[in-house]
Amino acid sequence: MGGLTLGARGVRATARIVATPEGLPVLEGEGPLALRRTRARGPYHRVTVVGAMSAPLGGDRIGVEAEVRDGARLHVDSAAATIALPGREGERAHYDVRLSVGEGAELRWLPEQLISASGSDLAMRTRIDLAPGARLVYREEQVLGRHGEPPGTLATRLTVYRAGRPLLDQELAYGPGAPGGWDGAAVLDGHRAAGQLLFVSPELADNPAGARMLGDHAVLTPLAGPALLVTAVAPDARLLRHTLDDALRSHLATR
Amino acid sequence: MSRAALLVLADGRFPAGGHAHSGGAEAAVKAGRIRTAADLAEFCRGRLHTAGLTAAALAAAAAAGLDPLLLDEAADARTPSPALRATARKLGRQMMRVARATWPSAELGALAAARPRGAHQPVVLGLAARAAGLGPEDAAHCVAYEVVSGPATAVVRLLSLDPFDATGVLARLAPELDAVARRAAVTAAEAVVEGIDALPATSAPLLDVMAEAHAAWPVRLFAS
Repeated sequence: MGGLTLGARGVRATARIVATPEGLPVLEGEGPLALRRTRARGPYHRVTVVGAMSAPLGGDRIGVEAEVRDGARLHVDSAAATIALPGREGERAHYDVRLSVGEGAELRWLPEQLISASGSDLAMRTRIDLAPGARLVYREEQVLGRHGEPPGTLATRLTVYRAGRPLLDQELAYGPGAPGGWDGAAVLDGHRAAGQLLFVSPELADNPAGARMLGDHAVLTPLAGPALLVTAVAPDARLLRHTLDDALRSHLATR
Repeated sequence: MSRAALLVLADGRFPAGGHAHSGGAEAAVKAGRIRTAADLAEFCRGRLHTAGLTAAALAAAAAAGLDPLLLDEAADARTPSPALRATARKLGRQMMRVARATWPSAELGALAAARPRGAHQPVVLGLAARAAGLGPEDAAHCVAYEVVSGPATAVVRLLSLDPFDATGVLARLAPELDAVARRAAVTAAEAVVEGIDALPATSAPLLDVMAEAHAAWPVRLFAS
């Protein structure tokens, strides 16, 4: 529990994972983010993030860092959805995720949803650095409000670099603290769940796929690099997951 | 800066091909998401604060003198939809032709040589603004205005919306247009110091989803 501090302005905590082909030399949970080594999935070391407390609360600064070294395979999931909750004084919470995947290594990052509870304010930042021969399966889902409640304020940024060059950079902002128009016809149009599923693998450079609609509210698109992105919106978390699961299954089946 | 040069660059009659594009409005009208002037206002507001801010900041950064090839790469990373990347490059190629004829510059020539099939349009527009003696915030204003005026003009044709109502929508967005252009210029100045990651990457899921659906239509009134 090295750097955990619980000050007047919220929790400061970072969980760390290092995976090598042989094992998990670093597996350090901290504060609200406990890490469990769970049963391996085939050749993948598997880690489950267990939310030991409700987090993040307004004012918290929490983070996860995972390093998948050359040749290693790591599957990360979570035991439950992450719920952004309001702090006592309406402060913004920060959640920073930093992932790196080495040469010939693979990361499957498949956590449960991020739920933006009414009155919360969360800025989530994810930075992923991939080696040229790295593989990635990455899922992110934003759910606006718990069942039947209005959304909190949620701002996310996902930045992916491959071989030191930008592959994907995407910011999303929803809720009462977001700039206007976020619920209009260009952005969400009343949908309350949005998600991305990103696949990166060197083979995609040789077999560039075309874009494909996945129903009326989701699309699979090839990025400018060797990667595919599913972008989806849905009325709720369950329908969103249904769309993303279909895309995940069909992608993994082609491997 | 020359205020008249800004008017020339921002004019809807500037022959850079923008009139053929609805900025996603045609698909939104077909899906029943834009039916009224109020829907159009929310569509334009959402586009302005997402794809609009990102594009305005790229233009401001190009006008501020950042490397246009790095900005072009940053634009690709900020445009997951291949249909929208193709549109941005096609419009960039058209913008390049008229810009080089209007305000010839070595920088425009170098970008045209490096990206013969077209660079992303906001990057070309930023360089054109620079060649015309305009500043980063001017370039951002041009892009921000185009981001909302394109859909507004298109919806007049698509829905037979009263043109007075559509112009009213644009006029009421003016303070937000100014704010977006200012923020774009501020982030461009930050990017000069901190690198291109300082530029915003704001995006809109439905614009990306609908762009691909629209590109697959056999018959459409607008190219995007």
